Amino acid sequence: MPSKTIYSHRDPMLKKRDDFEDILEERRNSSDLRYALRCYTPVLYKGVPPIKASMLKSMVLQSGQIRYIISQVSKEMGRANDDILEEASAILDEMAQRLQLSTVRFFVFTLSKVFKILFRNICVNEEGIQRLQQAIQEHPVVLLPSHRSYMDFLLVSYIMYTYDLALPVIAAGMDFIGMKFIGEMLRMSGAFFLRRSFGGDKLYWAVFSEYVKTMVKNGVAPVEFFLEGTRSRTCKSLTPKLGLLNIVMDPFLKGEVFDISLVPISISYERILEEPLYARELLGVPKPKESTSGLFKARKVLNEDYGSIHVYFGQPVSLRSIAEGRVNRCQFNLIPRHIPRKPSEEIHNFVNDSAYRLVRAQEENMVLKPWALLASLLLQNHHQDQKMEQTQGIALDKLTEQALWLRDVSRQYGAFLLWPDHMPPSEIVSSSLSLHQGLVRISEGRVHLALEQAGRKAGPGEPQGAVTPEEELWSQAVIVLSCASYRNQAMHIFLRPALLASAIHAATSNKKQEVFNTFSFLRNMFSNEFILCPGATVQDFEEACYLLMKTGALQASQQELVVTEKGHRTLAFLTSMLDPFLQGYQVVCRFLCEEATENLTEKQFIPSIRKFIVKLLLSGSLRYTEVLSFDLQKNALAALLRLGAVQKIKGAEQETLKVNTVMVNSLEDTLGGKLPTQNAVIARL
Amino acid sequence: MASSNSGGSISDRQHIAQQRLKIIAGHLQRPTDGGSAILPSECKAQGSKPDASSERKTVPRRRQEIMKWNGWGYNDSRFFYNKKGQAEFTGKRYRLSGQIIPGLKDWMESTFGSSLQHKSTATPILNSSAVPPPILNEAFVEELKSTGIPFSHEAEDRVFRAHGHCLHEIFALREGKIGRVPDMVVWPNCHNDVVRVVELSCKHNVCLIPYGGGTSVSGALECPPEETRSIVSLDTSQMNRILWIDEKNLTAHVEAGIVGEELERLLNESGYCTGHEPDSMEFSSLGGWVATRASGMKKNIYGNIEDLVVHIKMVTPRGVIEKNCQVPRMSTGPDIHHFIMGSEGTLGVVTEVTMKIRPLPEYQKYGSVVFPNFEQGVACLREIARQRCAPASIRLMDNEQFKFGHALKPQVSSIFTSFLDGLKKFYITKFKGFDPNRLCVATLLFEGDREKVLQHEKQVYDIAAKFGGLAAGEDNGQRGYMLTFVIAYLRDLGLDYYVIGESFETSVPWDRVLDVCRNVKERIVRECKEKGVQFPALATCRVTQTYDAGACVYFYFGFTYRGLSDPIHVYEEVERAARDEILASGGSLSHHHGVGKLRKKWMEETISTIGMGMLKSVKDYLDPNNIFGNGNLL
Repeated sequence: MPSKTIYSHRDPMLKKRDDFEDILEERRNSSDLRYALRCYTPVLYKGVPPIKASMLKSMVLQSGQIRYIISQVSKEMGRANDDILEEASAILDEMAQRLQLSTVRFFVFTLSKVFKILFRNICVNEEGIQRLQQAIQEHPVVLLPSHRSYMDFLLVSYIMYTYDLALPVIAAGMDFIGMKFIGEMLRMSGAFFLRRSFGGDKLYWAVFSEYVKTMVKNGVAPVEFFLEGTRSRTCKSLTPKLGLLNIVMDPFLKGEVFDISLVPISISYERILEEPLYARELLGVPKPKESTSGLFKARKVLNEDYGSIHVYFGQPVSLRSIAEGRVNRCQFNLIPRHIPRKPSEEIHNFVNDSAYRLVRAQEENMVLKPWALLASLLLQNHHQDQKMEQTQGIALDKLTEQALWLRDVSRQYGAFLLWPDHMPPSEIVSSSLSLHQGLVRISEGRVHLALEQAGRKAGPGEPQGAVTPEEELWSQAVIVLSCASYRNQAMHIFLRPALLASAIHAATSNKKQEVFNTFSFLRNMFSNEFILCPGATVQDFEEACYLLMKTGALQASQQELVVTEKGHRTLAFLTSMLDPFLQGYQVVCRFLCEEATENLTEKQFIPSIRKFIVKLLLSGSLRYTEVLSFDLQKNALAALLRLGAVQKIKGAEQETLKVNTVMVNSLEDTLGGKLPTQNAVIARL
Repeated sequence: MASSNSGGSISDRQHIAQQRLKIIAGHLQRPTDGGSAILPSECKAQGSKPDASSERKTVPRRRQEIMKWNGWGYNDSRFFYNKKGQAEFTGKRYRLSGQIIPGLKDWMESTFGSSLQHKSTATPILNSSAVPPPILNEAFVEELKSTGIPFSHEAEDRVFRAHGHCLHEIFALREGKIGRVPDMVVWPNCHNDVVRVVELSCKHNVCLIPYGGGTSVSGALECPPEETRSIVSLDTSQMNRILWIDEKNLTAHVEAGIVGEELERLLNESGYCTGHEPDSMEFSSLGGWVATRASGMKKNIYGNIEDLVVHIKMVTPRGVIEKNCQVPRMSTGPDIHHFIMGSEGTLGVVTEVTMKIRPLPEYQKYGSVVFPNFEQGVACLREIARQRCAPASIRLMDNEQFKFGHALKPQVSSIFTSFLDGLKKFYITKFKGFDPNRLCVATLLFEGDREKVLQHEKQVYDIAAKFGGLAAGEDNGQRGYMLTFVIAYLRDLGLDYYVIGESFETSVPWDRVLDVCRNVKERIVRECKEKGVQFPALATCRVTQTYDAGACVYFYFGFTYRGLSDPIHVYEEVERAARDEILASGGSLSHHHGVGKLRKKWMEETISTIGMGMLKSVKDYLDPNNIFGNGNLL
């Protein structure tokens, strides 16, 4: 700790962050049963006693909004009011949580056992807990954890129980309901369920939004949901979904509560339980449907070491204060508040900006372990090797040296890096490597990715050499993608400087304006891929310049940006960080120009581009295996759709993708640095 | 008791009138008080003797002789801490006068964290040298002299008419700070006098500011500091006669300078009343009510000023505006009365008004209901409004205000009463399980035929019971209304001990009443905290009027300003934030206080740019040279 404080003196960029407390430590020293049965008396919102589930249900069904929608639907469909009310009631039954302390106690007992086996520590910032406790008493609270694992919401509830805080109710996907017993257990530990898509179903939407709003308004319990909408398989934060955020903000915007506290929670896993699953999913092996038996099969994970978890409860964000001067709440005065309305553009932009801001807040407090840096270095080294067509790996001491260098850079960039300064660096590196032994190999003092394993080392009963090059590619991709996901944990630290580095690299001159244009182009291009707050291009550019200048990698005059002698190493690292994405997007463009047929549907897009990429990889004209990631392909397409280079055309049966070849081509060239950004097509972006 | 010396010649009607008087105003004006207060005078221009009334009590031209120059109300009535450190109310005018209020000190200390040790004394007398010398328009003065209309340019007269009763105005006076004040005061005696004054003002380009009761709380009486012309304050107090009463149509024609209490007293003598009783009725004038769209406590029976007015005569720079008949309603384009009502002295001077009158009610009864919480109370009021059975007045105080009312209970004389009080408290909190920190009280006033009142009362209490309300006695109700008149005096006591306070009001649709109350109170507390106020601010509200579509809500807030370098700035910012919050939560800019200068900045968003244009064009037509240049409203 002392070294940390010294650092923060030396560097104002370093944000002041709270200390962590290991909550498993006490679990290892006292009875789990007594712990699960202990007296639980949380402080409540304004000291108001909790509302019973049945009461909540009748409040929702009798609300103005539901009555309004029922009469609307009744008019449209010619159905009896009572009939629709019954349907609404059924929807509510399917949806509603039935939080029960006894179930929570059961979970607490079980999870205590499981956590102790799986994890070394679960660390929580207690100051954050205190802030949260204060917030819960004053205003309705919305908990917004990052989402990397199914574990997330159990973990948050577990921590809330541990600190005697009001247990949250959690928005969960309907897929859990399929797990018969578990689904009901989750329901009784506070989960409420929503269908993944309910597009046109007015009634469903009304019941759902009213249910959430009623809980927020009355401070029934802290409401928890995931801004990212789903688990991020890549460990990068996903661009936020606005639906639920819109709903929870509504009571404030309409004056029904004084304020709402939005609490970003950053959960960082040293090793993710779902790690091998995610890579397969990204490569197109569909995710297995959640089933109870599947969960038991997952038991083999119990035998492994998953390191530690860090949960950081961020500073509660007062919705009132971020809405101040941005939203004119008078706009809700002229229509009864129970009549649902599409949010105005002002509101939409506000919710969108807030969502990005909150995801950024999650990112900022994500704890980085040394392994994230090592994974970045190992991947870059691997790509370097590929370029040289060799497989030698990197010497352990060289890796350690590079890791130390990167540690200093990332700290200067404000990373929340937990690097145990009291341990010798070589020990830190080797213990990180051993925790992830599935992904790396050390032989003869050299470290490389565990790529040959899948291909060469067949089971003893199987015939050798039966693997096709294609199969080998897939198994290598699993390792690379897993590694990339750890690199991605650190991506938000380097993103802005990396965009600048790539812009400097691609720009034809040192002119600041030109670099800015390229920066702005890249930033725009990647805004579906990374969390880049809308409208903050100039800020991001200035931040990136500041960071690179501060670390001595860049010198700036009024007009020019010049890379310094010692800056080449930093810039090379940063450009390599972004390069897989740059190449990947170019490949997507190329595919659309070369291979896309007239009636390519969105559904066919992924399988066919996958084939295309496999071809490129096997022929050796593309090095980055991670381009096979479904996530990257999807984001690239979304970007092209957003930019209007591809359009969705409503066909008779399906939507097809119509490619503006000229535009896609020029985007590809600009990404590849072959065209300056001032190009006419780009200017329109 | 008031006029017991006037012998047995009192008719029954007058007897009822006297009884009623005692109740409504809640205070007794002693006829034996200094004669200087009574200045019967007549308009020289008017030969005929006014029809009603024996003896008129006119507000003296030198108001400062009976009223505070830097605080609320009469000189003889004020709160102070006696030698034992107990709060006492002086004078003989009010029921509370001469009484000790044992709970007030503790309440002040625990609510504001103020202490007797820290006193902030006001400048005791006006320092005339601090008053800027008058800018006189010689030609105007000369011609005015020739008309014989009394006028003055003494500093005391001018300063008295330079302010209303906003906190910042009183605070400045207490500190001895005097800004731009009128350069002259004129006292016209009748309509024709006003016509002459306005003509002369137009002729000599003099700025006129009409002045009625001086109870404005919108900054309406402040002189625009940038005004370079001579400013003449036109005090209507001498125009205070009832010119005629028409018993066939139940109307009375009254001069606009008459003060509310006097109007009721005079009408009562004839067995009538207007029933218009704003909280300021002791001092506010008929003309002021019209100019600000006033609202009275008993509007549920008698209506607000716009419902009561049948005919208005107003003198404008263009000439006199009035209708040619006195009818209950007409369809003749937009009602010109609605240009006049709420014009806040920007278009002219209201001189005479024909008002509806009603026979005095035979029976009055107070009442009160305790609710377990404010939400239930509001739900009950809403139901009463839905069934359109609201009593003459119904007001719902929140918990803080209930406690405040409690603190203002005078010392109990008998052990029996205190025993009874204890028993009541026990019943409500222990037996009925009401949380003393959440319960709230509604006060009620019923009026009408005895039988109907009792029937009505039962209906209201039955509804209240459905919302968990318990009848809590007549006494509590009556005290609630009496406090209305006394509460304004309390601010001066607060100011003596570093506590500043203010009240403001709004109107809200029913579905937002709770939201507005909660949000505004919380906003006040939060803003005060953020601005460095040491002790948590008091923010409290009450619902004072019910309508079909909504309610009127009244807020009080106060805080100790010790430790703040610029308390008035903090206070103004808090008040502004509170108004922003009201508007954002769906409330109105004002229900009855008006806009003045204090709330001007929200006018455009309130009535739209086009609406502003409409009002401006009326102003431009009536007063192109801005003779009525008080700068209110637009």
